[in-house]
Amino acid sequence: MTELRRTALYDLHVELGAKMVPFAGYDMPVQYALGVMKEHLHCRAQAGLFDVSHMGQVVLRPRSGEGADAARALEALVPVDLLGLKPGRQRYAMFTDAAGGILDDLMVTNRCDDLFLVVNAACKAADLAHLRAHLSDTCEVEEITDRCLLALQGPAAEAVLEALAPGVAAMRFMDAATIDSDYGPLWVSRSGYTGEDGYEVSVPEGQAVAFARALLAHAAVEPIGLGARDSLRLEAGLCLYGHDIDTTTSPVEANLRWAIQKARRSGGDRAGGFPGADRILAELDNGPDRLRVGLRPGTRAPMREGTALFATEDAEAPVGAVTSGAFGPTVGAPVSMGYVPVDLAREGRTLWGEVRGKRLPVEVAALPFAPHGYKR
Amino acid sequence: MKYTEEHEWLRVEDDLVVVGITQHAAEQLGDIVFVELPDEGKTVSKDDEVVVIESVKAASDILAPLDGEIVEVNEALPDNPGLVNDDPLGEAWFFKMKIEDMSALDEFMDEAAYKTFIG
Repeated sequence: MTELRRTALYDLHVELGAKMVPFAGYDMPVQYALGVMKEHLHCRAQAGLFDVSHMGQVVLRPRSGEGADAARALEALVPVDLLGLKPGRQRYAMFTDAAGGILDDLMVTNRCDDLFLVVNAACKAADLAHLRAHLSDTCEVEEITDRCLLALQGPAAEAVLEALAPGVAAMRFMDAATIDSDYGPLWVSRSGYTGEDGYEVSVPEGQAVAFARALLAHAAVEPIGLGARDSLRLEAGLCLYGHDIDTTTSPVEANLRWAIQKARRSGGDRAGGFPGADRILAELDNGPDRLRVGLRPGTRAPMREGTALFATEDAEAPVGAVTSGAFGPTVGAPVSMGYVPVDLAREGRTLWGEVRGKRLPVEVAALPFAPHGYKR
Repeated sequence: MKYTEEHEWLRVEDDLVVVGITQHAAEQLGDIVFVELPDEGKTVSKDDEVVVIESVKAASDILAPLDGEIVEVNEALPDNPGLVNDDPLGEAWFFKMKIEDMSALDEFMDEAAYKTFIG
């Protein structure tokens, strides 16, 4: 077994009483003293600090010096309109493969002269290789290894971060900016993975602990582990790569068609031109065979990943499966997501999930389960 | 009070054995979000899976510590699973069992032995 990597905040996590677990090759905090449930609720009520330094930070620098050339180049790998992404704005994207599956999902920021990408920890080596294999003619692909990534999420995030990084309060959801601070230049975006208002902040590694301590000094801020990060994103209806989306799911099946702008669809200015375009455009035009939906179990029993879904209580063959499922602390009930055939994907439709050999009812439900708190 | 290696506690009360999980077990499991109890009157054998509990992390079973009959279950738990974290040794008992021979309890650990067991 290879040695687990540590983020620069490792000692701080231990000092804060974190329980550390292996995650994507890193030794990461799964929960702190509060525990998953209270951390989750605290983040929704006030503010939570997350160490997401294990994620990949990548700068795509166009060799021409023209920012648009990086956007144009990256459009060859994602079904997303990046030439239409304005400077200082961020957008959700996914790398697709030739079969129309998803290799990874990511955030892309237009920083005018270059693009800043944040990719999943488990995928970052493959993503870097993918970017270098396809874009090296036009772009320099630089992995940023001397910065940490922290997320401050929740309704109190704005007031807390504004005190340390003046200007962030004026940002809107999915705005991005570089802000000078006592902790060096911060690469801030008003976004996150909890459904709450909040920010993700890339901070120079040498300043990361001091920055984290300054945030934690506020009574409103508690450190939040991976456990609550998962239940927060699930309630927000956000996909977890490797679970809700992977190479066997297309972006349209995953109900991510909102992330594919008009310019890249059939009839658009730059229709297609990304891996798997044939399938993905056809699914956009004609509809997919199955869809990712929200699921509300009818009893208190959580329906976890892998739970088989059936059209009726006594049907023999499953029609789909749960891809994420847990107790939703804010909802106060179990919540799941999974894939079902489109004719069963209507909200309110009752399906049956098999839990410990018993068929239990589960209803197709609207996503998100907990309303988003974004400042648009 | 007696303790099993499965981190259950057993307490004798009016000729019945009351079963719950230890503070240590509750802490290890994390926040409990689901409890499924057996039917009252059910006859069980030692090591039968009689209760399902799920924490925020995972599902686990509570085993029957002895052969016997489940005579009462704690109806408060399914609606308030968090009680297991709040008061595992008191209000959050799971079930009461009738057993043939109370001397069967002697095989289990006492508190000092359990403390050594969990380190």
